[in-house]
Amino acid sequence: MIFKHAKLLLLAAIALSALASLFSGRINSYWLIISYEIGINIILAVSLNLINGYTGQFSLGHAGFMAVGGYTAAVITNHFTGGNPFLSYVIFLGALLAGGLLAAVTGLLVGLPTLRLRGDYLAIVTLGFGEIIRVILQNMDERHGLQLGGARGLSVAHGWTNFFWAFGFAAVTIYVVTALVHSTYGRGFIAVRDDEVAAEAMGVNTTKYKVAAFVIGAFFAGIGGGLYAHAIQFLTPNGFGFMASISFVVMVILGGMGNTPGVIVAAILLTLLPEGLRLAAGIEHLPGINQDHPLSWVGNARMVIYSLLLVVLMLTRPQGLFTFRKSIYAK
Amino acid sequence: MTEFLQQLINGLAFGSILALIALGYTMVYGILRFINFAHGDVFMLGAFAGFYLAPKIAAVLPTPSIASGLAVMVLAMAICAVIGVTIERLAYRPLRRSPKLTVLITAIGVSLFLEYAGQLVFGAAPKSFPALIPVYHLPNFGGLSVNSNQIIVLVVTLLLLAALRFIVMKTKIGMAMRALSFNPEAAALMGVNTDAVISFTFALGSALAAAGGILFAVNYPAIDPLMGILPGLKAFVAAVLGGIGNLPGAVLGGLIIGTTETFVSGYISSTYRDAIAFAILILILLVKPSGLLGKKEIEKV
Repeated sequence: MIFKHAKLLLLAAIALSALASLFSGRINSYWLIISYEIGINIILAVSLNLINGYTGQFSLGHAGFMAVGGYTAAVITNHFTGGNPFLSYVIFLGALLAGGLLAAVTGLLVGLPTLRLRGDYLAIVTLGFGEIIRVILQNMDERHGLQLGGARGLSVAHGWTNFFWAFGFAAVTIYVVTALVHSTYGRGFIAVRDDEVAAEAMGVNTTKYKVAAFVIGAFFAGIGGGLYAHAIQFLTPNGFGFMASISFVVMVILGGMGNTPGVIVAAILLTLLPEGLRLAAGIEHLPGINQDHPLSWVGNARMVIYSLLLVVLMLTRPQGLFTFRKSIYAK
Repeated sequence: MTEFLQQLINGLAFGSILALIALGYTMVYGILRFINFAHGDVFMLGAFAGFYLAPKIAAVLPTPSIASGLAVMVLAMAICAVIGVTIERLAYRPLRRSPKLTVLITAIGVSLFLEYAGQLVFGAAPKSFPALIPVYHLPNFGGLSVNSNQIIVLVVTLLLLAALRFIVMKTKIGMAMRALSFNPEAAALMGVNTDAVISFTFALGSALAAAGGILFAVNYPAIDPLMGILPGLKAFVAAVLGGIGNLPGAVLGGLIIGTTETFVSGYISSTYRDAIAFAILILILLVKPSGLLGKKEIEKV
């Protein structure tokens, strides 16, 4: 089993990402950002997999947690000027953790009242929470001296995200989620997914597990949001809308719900998909979210592919593209 | 007082459009127990069907007139009924025995497909909807500004509701629908052709959504392929608020959401209007998950 050396693998992955960050100067900055996005999307998809895959809940608001983390981290680091590289690393780590913690608190707020809901209702309520977060951010321009930018968007002063942070945290996320689900405690998540009523009858505290999944998933989504903020250096409330949440859901479903390696592969592939479309169309750079742009069809084509993937997968391979054997936990 | 009445009229006009969409959600949920996420996009397709039909109708009938408006609406309803049945046949019927989550994801996929394929086909930029019916401004009645479109929305909604009630309560197929929503297995044993009834339900719901789309476009004449997302979600909230699976509940919920939203944007802040429906949803699910007129369901193991 790979878990025998899990801690070693984790350390090796972190060391490797630190090493990679030393050579990042040689890579074209455009591809650098895309590499960071791969790491960030792995964090988001793997943490969503804990909620949607292992625990069997259906969250459609993951981008909302990401927004909370991203805005928190950005507001904190915007207070500091760069300079001392060591100090900036400490500040960045603190800001990321603060963003993660605030996102976790939001996850708790979402998780607690929605526990009584199942399946489609939960999906709609998490979607609603994501939208509420977006609308609140849109209306928060300046509160108590905090600059949030409102609908215009928030500029992030420092581009501190690098290979070390993006892939180091991706490794930590993968490690924590895998170790958690395979621990004695973590069997409860799978029990809740497989049969909630039976799990409850067997004495599993289903409420506790559902809240735990939401809080832990939201924490890592918040970290991912902080990394995203310091990679792209510009945040808009609309960037964290329903479509962003859907793209993470597609990664989880494509990879196979409850199949972490598959979800990682799907996150990498789906981050590269728009780039593939762009190269196929022979365009230098992807246009932004501006819908009036003559090339905005590339973004739309991506969404058409996402949606067709969802429908065709559900009709033919509901277990996901990269799940080859039936889980021993599956009914 | 005048402002209050004005907001009430605006709210009722918007709410009755939501009610038309909510009926489709609630009928499908009542029979298949799943949320047809793509329903809001059928509403969008109704508006676009009207957009492309209007010039063709204008060549035959004098436009704008009541006759041309009616012709466009009936044709758009027919087109969307066919689309609704096709969606059910291709995407949902093969999953009849699948887990609920699988069907839910499929429905989200169909919804996204209609939205983004719509952007590729129709273009992403908003289009201005042609004037189908002449607009009259009613004489200034105590400072109230009411135009004929708002009256038409209310009247058409009432007529469609009456027609729907007749179909569900007085016809044979309506009885089959009610039987199916009560107990699908027993209905099948009694000789009800369940697939045909489900197709009919989708046709009915999609036609009502198309009517809602035309009425919406007549009142707010800028249409785009993503226009169905928010009204669709709000109509779903309306269906849950009224008690999902309950037809009068869907109408009541639609009117409540429509008026609340108009009042909030009129009196408090218009920037928060899109969050209102979700706040109501979370509240209702916490306090009374079965909705205002719904019955509580007990889960059997």
